[in-house]
Amino acid sequence: MPGINKNEHNMQTFRKHWWKFLGILLIIWVILGGFLFEVPDLPVIRQSIRNIYFHVGMWFGMIFILFVGVVFSIRYLLTNDPEADMKAFAAVRTGLLFGALGLITGMLWAKYTWGAFWVNDPKLNGAVVGMLTYLAYIVLRSSVEDQDKRARLAAVYNVFAFVLFFVFIMVLPRTASASIHPGVDGNPALATGDLAPQMRIVFYPAMAGWFIMAWWLFTILFRAEKLDARINELKDNQHTEHG
Amino acid sequence: MQLRKIGALIRKEAKLEWRQKYALGGMLLYLISTVFVAYLAFEGIIPGQTWNALFWLIMLFAAMNSILKSFMQEHENRHLYYFSLVSAGEFMAAKMIYNAILMLGLGIIGFLVFISFMGNPLVAMPLFLLNMLLGMIGFAAILSLISAIASRAKNNFTLMAVLGFPLILPLLLLLIRVSSAGLHGASVTDMAADILIIVLLISISIILSMILFPYIWRD
Repeated sequence: MPGINKNEHNMQTFRKHWWKFLGILLIIWVILGGFLFEVPDLPVIRQSIRNIYFHVGMWFGMIFILFVGVVFSIRYLLTNDPEADMKAFAAVRTGLLFGALGLITGMLWAKYTWGAFWVNDPKLNGAVVGMLTYLAYIVLRSSVEDQDKRARLAAVYNVFAFVLFFVFIMVLPRTASASIHPGVDGNPALATGDLAPQMRIVFYPAMAGWFIMAWWLFTILFRAEKLDARINELKDNQHTEHG
Repeated sequence: MQLRKIGALIRKEAKLEWRQKYALGGMLLYLISTVFVAYLAFEGIIPGQTWNALFWLIMLFAAMNSILKSFMQEHENRHLYYFSLVSAGEFMAAKMIYNAILMLGLGIIGFLVFISFMGNPLVAMPLFLLNMLLGMIGFAAILSLISAIASRAKNNFTLMAVLGFPLILPLLLLLIRVSSAGLHGASVTDMAADILIIVLLISISIILSMILFPYIWRD
């Protein structure tokens, strides 16, 4: 690039993408610290408590990115900006991935602590309902051909579904008579009093790391979608010029 | 929002439904057939939990079919006509109220058909009836917006099921839990907390549907 030397370019890149490097560092920290540092040896759960650094972060990351998706859906409804719709779509797909990861880590954890991959529990059922809801969003999008209509219907469904989903996972399990899944009485994951100090040093960075990863994936998916749209647009223009 | 317009819309829906009696009749026949199949499959008396679950499943399917039909049965051009006459909010309110009334009727008839075939293991009628009332209104509240979305896309019936089931599950689980308690003789006050949550779910759905429907309306 004329007029800018290599060092300045690198500096600009770093300034723009610093948070991605941070995300990578945090996850590396989580992997190393999560497996090498000491954890309290509680009955039944024992060493598998290390899963906390992964499972909890993935679920909260999912909820965070789904919430971002709802924000963009609302923005689409208010402004009809197609980019907002693309962002909502990217957010839902990221949310689905993190949800799947959360489910897998959860099932592995369940096998080692409760003896089965799955139990009939309101929080787990809520997780499945969430996945079904957002898979339905994908099906909805593929059922409509017209772009504006698709974006609008998808946005309306996204807002409606998220609110109901949120009520389901946050409110219902607290009233269930008993949930085997930790965190029924207070914070959905665990009360801050529960977290041993030597775990906090990995846990909080883990949460930050997973949030950053979710956001990063979301931006990648959005940019890919945008480029796809641009390519299609150029292809169409090319055809109309020649025809 | 004018109540008079909403009332007129509801009367229009009722008249349409009554004119095409085959639609209502079809729904009744669907109910009776599904209950009969369940009766044959279970060969007589069934345990309380199964009775409960079956009842709600059958009502759910009947609800999905009839609510979707209510959005699909009118021609596209008719919608443009309504667009010029009433606001989106009035239209949606009318649809939801009509669906709720339809659901209540379906629920009562369904309940009667069900007891005649499958026996009545209920101990606490007031709780069950209140629960059913709320449940039917809840179906109407949640499924109306979903039907509005599904009716605008291809593959309507499949889409309705795919979109509707995950969203109706929380309500359904609550309803099953309350009516199951009714089977064991709990009173309304015992389940007050759960009932309040059902009411909360319904209110949220209604409010959201009213806010969001105008965006679909603009087709």
